[in-house]
Amino acid sequence: MNIILMLAIAVIVVPLLLVGYIRLSEPLAGRNPRRAAFLRPWLWLLPSLFLVATFLVYPVIATVISSLKDADSKSWVGLANYAAVFTDPDNLSALGNNLLWLVFFTLGTLLFGLLIAVLSDKVRYESAVKALVFIPMAISFVAAGIIWKFMFEFRPAGEVQVGTVNAVLSALVPGWKPIAWLVNTSTNNAALIAVGVWMWTGFAMVILSAAIKAIPTDVIEAAKIDGASELQIFLRVTFPLVGPTLGFVATTLMINVLKVFDIVYVMTNGNLGTDVIANRMYKEMFNFHNTGVASAIATFLLVCIVPVMIVNVRRYRRGGI
Amino acid sequence: MALRMSGSRPGFGRLFVHLALVVACLVFVLPTLGLLVSSFRPRNQIALSGWWTAFQTPFSFTLKNYQNVLTRANMGRSFLNSLVIAIPATVLPVAIAAFAAYAFAWMKFKGKEILFIVMIGLLVVPIQMTVIPVLRLFNVVHLTGSFAGIWLAHTAYGLPFSIYLLRNFIQDLPPSMLESAFIDGASHPKVFLSLVLPTSLPAIASLAIYQFMWVWNDLFVALIYLGGSQSVAPMTLTMANMVNSYGGGWEYLTAAAFISMAFPLLVFFTMQKYYVSGILAGSVKE
Repeated sequence: MNIILMLAIAVIVVPLLLVGYIRLSEPLAGRNPRRAAFLRPWLWLLPSLFLVATFLVYPVIATVISSLKDADSKSWVGLANYAAVFTDPDNLSALGNNLLWLVFFTLGTLLFGLLIAVLSDKVRYESAVKALVFIPMAISFVAAGIIWKFMFEFRPAGEVQVGTVNAVLSALVPGWKPIAWLVNTSTNNAALIAVGVWMWTGFAMVILSAAIKAIPTDVIEAAKIDGASELQIFLRVTFPLVGPTLGFVATTLMINVLKVFDIVYVMTNGNLGTDVIANRMYKEMFNFHNTGVASAIATFLLVCIVPVMIVNVRRYRRGGI
Repeated sequence: MALRMSGSRPGFGRLFVHLALVVACLVFVLPTLGLLVSSFRPRNQIALSGWWTAFQTPFSFTLKNYQNVLTRANMGRSFLNSLVIAIPATVLPVAIAAFAAYAFAWMKFKGKEILFIVMIGLLVVPIQMTVIPVLRLFNVVHLTGSFAGIWLAHTAYGLPFSIYLLRNFIQDLPPSMLESAFIDGASHPKVFLSLVLPTSLPAIASLAIYQFMWVWNDLFVALIYLGGSQSVAPMTLTMANMVNSYGGGWEYLTAAAFISMAFPLLVFFTMQKYYVSGILAGSVKE
């Protein structure tokens, strides 16, 4: 396919079609005012409803159904696919790793995000610090995976270490033995999680920083006049007041970490005990062609996220979001 | 503020704060910087010495890695593919969502409330939950491995959030502004195109940047719907394949990664305000 032609379609034809559609909506709605008032909203909603129904609503239902069928979606197998998700050793190990991610990625990102937000609040070059910490949010997980594979590069002891992590540790710690971070089964999950933390700290920092700045200054000053130390102010004033925001950021991070895929796919492809469920689903689907188990894994992901869905809808109905 | 600055305990505490922040900045910048420096070093040097030694004389920098990766490793083509994928995958959802958002905000119809609640529910549906049936559908209508297929997929996945964000913004426009236009005899398309869109530009800019970056950086959707076909692969997919096939070919990987990052970094530094506000608004989605 001619790439220049596609680019032209992308830049010119697509916007023209969109404007044309909305201009046509009035003639389509007709001249009768009552009929037009009834039809008009649906014409404006039609493209959205069509796409959302085709790519989100129908597939969710179809995936739940095929999670109850066999590998080829032919006959019903009840809950056998779910049993496979929770008994197959590879899937169990992936679930265990997701739990590791859930705990350490979330805590790590919150901790570093909060620390940088609190400390940078005290200096004049705050905006520069925040911009630099936020940079990883702008790049793809694939690029970040390559960056950190390079950082974790390993050479046997005695050779020149070209990977930054091993080089820095060898220089700082006397007698340090270089580690093959991504191969060694006791470090590889931690190394992958560290990459996740590196990417998302900026996100947590920006939101938490806004929450910290929203704390009224007189509350902090009153505490100071009463003789509170910086640490006491942080623990007794700042921390409780940012609590709800911490909860919100933690929820966002946990939803994301359930679906973590790219980092693992690029850096280890789930080998050596680093698999996570999103990658298991991909393998069940494309390597083993087992639609049933792949669908069961996806449905499990959805079930984990349903509580968040309910909270969002409730918050909307109370006029929150 | 004043109290904090005149604090009587300079010394150790302040020093610790500065030190911690400098270390933090290094941790967040050095990995990317190391990649950038390495991408300009010759192959044998990357393999033999750390990237930080590149600043010792004699310097030896080269553009050959970029030349190789653009011509031989398919990255030039992939760059164009990324553009061809990301531009409509940004324009389409933003425009289609704006239509829907306008209807939600300014038109009366039955079932409006329940439809909007469905959209909010769909905000957090994992893409994993949709790929198997959509792929089956794509195979039937021959959209697998095509640009049109991935445009539609990205558009649909971006819609619930885009509708939610734009509806909130468009709903807050002053009713008097729209009403006076209607009294003057303007039609809905006219009001939408010449009044609502221009005044919603800040929200549209944040949303468009957010969606563009999401698509540009996406691997999963491209991997599923474009699969193995090299001729339509975006950069993320090509790089992921390079990691698997080249293994330690750092001279290729570093240059490729930097080509893919250059554009997002440019957007980030020039439009930081919109980008950050887009990400913050997007946090309800993921």
